[in-house]
Amino acid sequence: MSTETSLLGTGLSSASLFRFATAGSVDDGKSTLVGRLLHDSKAILADQLDAVARTSADRGFGGEKGGIDLALLTDGLRAEREQGITIDVAYRYFATDRRSFILADCPGHVQYTKNTVTGASTADAVVVLIDARKGVLEQTRRHLSVLQLLRVAHVIVAVNKIDLVEFSESVFRDIEADVQKVARELGLGSDGVADLLVIPVSALDGDNVVDRSDRTPWYTGPALLEVLETLPAADELEAELESFRFPVQLVIRPQGALAPDAVAAGLDVEAYRDYRAYAGQITEGSVKLGDQVTVLSPGHEPRTTTVTGIDFAGRELEEAAAPQSVAIRLAEEIDIARGDTIAAAGTVRESTADLYAALCWLSPKPLREGAKVLVKHGTRTVQALVRNVTGKLDLATFNLEAASSLELNDIGHAQLRLAAPLPLENYLHHRRTGAFLVIDPIDGNTLAAGLVKDHPGDHEDERYVI
Amino acid sequence: MSTYTTEEPTLVTDAAVSTRLSSLDTLESEAIHIIREVVAEFEKPALLFSGGKDSVVMLHLATKAFWPGKVPFPVLHVDTGHNFPEVIDFRDRTVERLGLKLVVGSVQEFIDRGELAERADGTRNPLQTVPLLDAIQRNKFDAVFGGGRRDEDKARAKERILSLRDEFGQWDPRNQRPELWNLYNGRHTVGQHVRAFPISNWTELDIWRYIERENIELPGLYYAHDREVFARDGMWRAVGEVSQPLPHEEVITKTVRYRTVGDMSCTGAVESAAADVSAVVLEVAASTITERGATRADDRISEAAMEDRKKDGYF
Repeated sequence: MSTETSLLGTGLSSASLFRFATAGSVDDGKSTLVGRLLHDSKAILADQLDAVARTSADRGFGGEKGGIDLALLTDGLRAEREQGITIDVAYRYFATDRRSFILADCPGHVQYTKNTVTGASTADAVVVLIDARKGVLEQTRRHLSVLQLLRVAHVIVAVNKIDLVEFSESVFRDIEADVQKVARELGLGSDGVADLLVIPVSALDGDNVVDRSDRTPWYTGPALLEVLETLPAADELEAELESFRFPVQLVIRPQGALAPDAVAAGLDVEAYRDYRAYAGQITEGSVKLGDQVTVLSPGHEPRTTTVTGIDFAGRELEEAAAPQSVAIRLAEEIDIARGDTIAAAGTVRESTADLYAALCWLSPKPLREGAKVLVKHGTRTVQALVRNVTGKLDLATFNLEAASSLELNDIGHAQLRLAAPLPLENYLHHRRTGAFLVIDPIDGNTLAAGLVKDHPGDHEDERYVI
Repeated sequence: MSTYTTEEPTLVTDAAVSTRLSSLDTLESEAIHIIREVVAEFEKPALLFSGGKDSVVMLHLATKAFWPGKVPFPVLHVDTGHNFPEVIDFRDRTVERLGLKLVVGSVQEFIDRGELAERADGTRNPLQTVPLLDAIQRNKFDAVFGGGRRDEDKARAKERILSLRDEFGQWDPRNQRPELWNLYNGRHTVGQHVRAFPISNWTELDIWRYIERENIELPGLYYAHDREVFARDGMWRAVGEVSQPLPHEEVITKTVRYRTVGDMSCTGAVESAAADVSAVVLEVAASTITERGATRADDRISEAAMEDRKKDGYF
């Protein structure tokens, strides 16, 4: 108990997890911002800091005044860049009193779509950097387009280098207005999906990064870290949804092969002889004992039954919510296997083999109409035929242009025919069950990130709900 | 229709905080999801188990993932021949307790057969790769769970959760598959295998807090004990069969603990009075708090913690 008491106030005992990504163009100070967050949240250990201080001095950073080049804290990436190696998303970890953070540091210039899509797919929030001297660039529009497409719950635009424009309110307000204009054009923040915040910062000096700055008295909003500490995580938002979804990963059916440690601890061997539970991770919503659920299996009519058990490693739970990993028991003995989905009754539509989707193409091998691919959705992988590419997004204007193929870093629309029906849901409302991978059947590489769209002419109120 | 939020962000209130999952719960659920995915999608997985804290946590997560069933894969240990006897003992007891199959790849056997040469510095850590790949190929393991964490170093920060290895076991950081959402692509061809890192997102402190919360048993040398040691390369090295002091190296008895357990010939102990798990959690946490500058933690703890960090850099 004394441990818990001593840890209170250090953020170590009760913190929740928050994942965010950074996106920006070259030289907009992203490395410095990441370094500043790590430094000011005291995540950098003294020995690391000593090394950075020495290098900064060697390179004459800050001239007479001296100082620490915070960008050096992410130097691994810079070395790669100098060697011309493909830059990759790097994950970093820090904690404050309120939260543990996972930061996906997405490099800016090379393959920005691939990196931004990857980082944003698991992020609760994305911080987009803008250089206050340059304002909204085409690159900014592209980043915001990708975030809109991926339905990132929170978008934070950091207007950096505000010190280099003399902390000018008018410069900030102009950029803020431009950002909001782009966001409106993209539908970002206006359709209730994401929220958008614009913050003036100086990553170099630390203004409005961890603490509010008195050099921007005209800005009354929170500092960046305050925002990151208080925004609800996507998991929390998804747990509140009414549409419980549970893709079955595997069936736990020991048939006598019970864990010896559990038996030694007093597990009733007789009671567990016929144990059968469906293991998985809740992707959205929550489930309670006694809930009515629908089981979607390929080749079966949807079946409705009752939840009789929610197990987690020897504990029987009353209820569980996303993103918990549990094992669910059902009233009826029905044939359920990996790839099936258990969902709240009355909230799902029938599975379909016609897939309309937006594809973020991540492979140097282009997509051609007629190609045979694999689609991995939830816990199922099926063969698919690319019937046609219906267009390519111009990320700067968000207009759909005619196209018949997709190249690396393109985002386009396509129609696929699946070899077996899948319980597809619109990505707009179901960030997990609306997402899929396109995989190359030849070498197994991931070709694209897929986002399920509604069928053309399909309306929500006309859905066949089961 | 259910949506995220309105235009103005809704900030989490303190009332909501109490109902959220803790970061440890979230990390645990993520790891269990990954372990189950690998078991469902691969023919023959195995778990690298050294008796070290990260692999012990991995095995604990696996028991939770398949409860009340047995862990459905064997454990694989690459034995350098220079292991601490108490760690080997712990390994064997754990395997017995959980009813697991243990596969051992022996560095000593490779040396005896002339397929590996002892290094001049006597360290056997770099010699583990050949027996490891041999064991993977011989047993036809197509997925190997490891306890690697991204906070360990800059290269690991870029490692995928499922990481493809070619016929030579090589990792190509320039040619990694993008990892999207929680959809893991483990497809591989004959000869290739996949390394799976379910605790990629855990930090050292998370590991220790989890060990404390779950009451997980570790080899005793992770906790403070008296041991005969001598100083070498800025570390306290244990006196043992493969780790003998040179004439000028004075042997003294100190209260130490180990932060990592590996090859006895190159693993150093740190001075510490942390005799149980909650003391270790505080010690690991203190190393951060001290760096924060804001909190002056107990000097003895922070000093030991700092020394630890420096030594970690050495490895």
